[in-house]
Amino acid sequence: MNHRAKPGVEALALRVRERIVRLATGGGCFLGASLSCVDIIVALYTTFLNLRRDNLTSPERDVFLLSKGHDVPALYATLAELGVIDGKRLANHLKSNDDIYWHPNTAVSGVEFHSGSLGHLLAVGVGIALDLRLRRQSARVVVLLGDGELNEGSVWEALLVACAKRLSNLLLIVDRNGFQANVRTEELVPLEPLERKFAAFGCGVVRVNGHDLAALEAALAWFPYTEKLGQDAKGGAPEGPSVLIADTVRGKGLPSIEARADRWFCNFTPGEVEALVEELHGAERARLTSQPLAVR
Amino acid sequence: MSGRPWTSYESALADLASADERIIVMTAENRAAIRGLPATLGERFIDTGINEQTLVGAAAGLALRGRIPVVHALATFLTMRAFEFIRTDVGLPALPVKLIGSVPGLLSEANGPTHQALEDVALMRAIPGMRVFSPGDEADLLLGLPAVLADDSPWYVRLNTRLAGVAHEPFAVGKAEVLREGSDAGILVSGTLLREAARAAELLAGAGISTRVVNVRTIEPLDERTVLETVGQCRRVVTVEDHFVRGGLFSAVAELMARDGVPGYVTAIGLEQRWFRPALLPDVLAGTGLRGDLLADRIRGLVELAG
Repeated sequence: MNHRAKPGVEALALRVRERIVRLATGGGCFLGASLSCVDIIVALYTTFLNLRRDNLTSPERDVFLLSKGHDVPALYATLAELGVIDGKRLANHLKSNDDIYWHPNTAVSGVEFHSGSLGHLLAVGVGIALDLRLRRQSARVVVLLGDGELNEGSVWEALLVACAKRLSNLLLIVDRNGFQANVRTEELVPLEPLERKFAAFGCGVVRVNGHDLAALEAALAWFPYTEKLGQDAKGGAPEGPSVLIADTVRGKGLPSIEARADRWFCNFTPGEVEALVEELHGAERARLTSQPLAVR
Repeated sequence: MSGRPWTSYESALADLASADERIIVMTAENRAAIRGLPATLGERFIDTGINEQTLVGAAAGLALRGRIPVVHALATFLTMRAFEFIRTDVGLPALPVKLIGSVPGLLSEANGPTHQALEDVALMRAIPGMRVFSPGDEADLLLGLPAVLADDSPWYVRLNTRLAGVAHEPFAVGKAEVLREGSDAGILVSGTLLREAARAAELLAGAGISTRVVNVRTIEPLDERTVLETVGQCRRVVTVEDHFVRGGLFSAVAELMARDGVPGYVTAIGLEQRWFRPALLPDVLAGTGLRGDLLADRIRGLVELAG
């Protein structure tokens, strides 16, 4: 990719990461899985979804479903940065006086549907996409899945149906961070070649670096993918769901925990959190100064 | 209610769906009861194929958008294969999805244990907010269907299109109907065994035993008043259900009596701790002891024992 992300988006992603790291204490959170999908969620909200604080109940809005629910700190932090929810609520994390717990729920504005049990929300997304088509509405449904979540048969079952129903208004994004809960995906239930699997089902597939915001923006702008992938088997205009595989790193932004199998769920002391916030900013400064001038 | 000219479940559903754009008829390729609806409903008929989890998940998605999905699959596969989707995606947000389980209980006949839904009521009533309608026959089903579709709750309906040969009262959610009065024996019955219970009561009357027959249409919510009234006024009470005796109608009645400290014996008649030998329905009724005359013999013995 030789163009830049929208102005301010990288800074936004950094602020989202900081908010997430600050949730990894006092009980903790699924830090690794949350940090891997930050750039995906930030790109969605800043360049793709027509979701704003003032249209969250509009029937015309795009629908975003977080199927890998344990990464909800990334969603809440993004919603806080965008003013959809009050950022002060994140201080209520894991407290019974609020609904900011380890999985998403609709008591929090901006959450379309609860999740936590993997392999559910693609089917729910299929239902929403079917309704949008019945109503001749142009809104889109985006379902974010974890790669470990692809172990669930219900994902592939729902994908068969999404393809059978030719749901071009549906976008699946896979946060391909390479890890299940405890081990690397390829060591337990190998997923590759993932693009070919999705393509064989009848999806249009695009694969990008899930931490390159400019690449993510470009990939999202390209939606729907099937239209651009030639004719279907019968020579007609291809229709079907789009799949964006975003290659990511578990724990992205914190070199000390990146790509570690033991950094799925983290519960640090407040002092450790402050050190990690320092590390986060240090890593970001290093990243910016190491970028070649051509892309700055 | 009886003024509606519906001749079948399919015609009733076609009529109700045609009058309400919110209704979406769905199936996991289980079309026996709704074969004509694709032509009637067009895009509002959605067949997802043989996949109960996606069927229920998609129904939840449609319900989130204001639709009322009426979802058809075999009772076993719907309530067990998709149980977690029902519990988590329909029950937890209390979406108005209507789950229609076909060939429940004994109605799977000769299919074998894979198809025997004998724990479906137990599973569904364990979900908070889920309502359960087990109609005694087709007329009962058609009387209840408009109320089920109009209600905001999720529902599980045991599809029963057989004939029981009894005249029904109008349907009301949470209201059982007393089809026959009596005080020697009381039969609390749900579902397709209504016909056998009615036959048993006839035979018992011939033997000088007066029998109250209560069609417990909705097991959840249970008509607590009518159940307790029956327990109070009849010398011996039985529950009759084509379901395992753990978790269904008997359990609901026993929970109620224990909760309220109501003394008394209630005998559970249904399937004990085993599946039934597959065969056509007459043989199954005979083999399980659930045929009307066999029920009558058993109930007569209980009444005589009570003295």
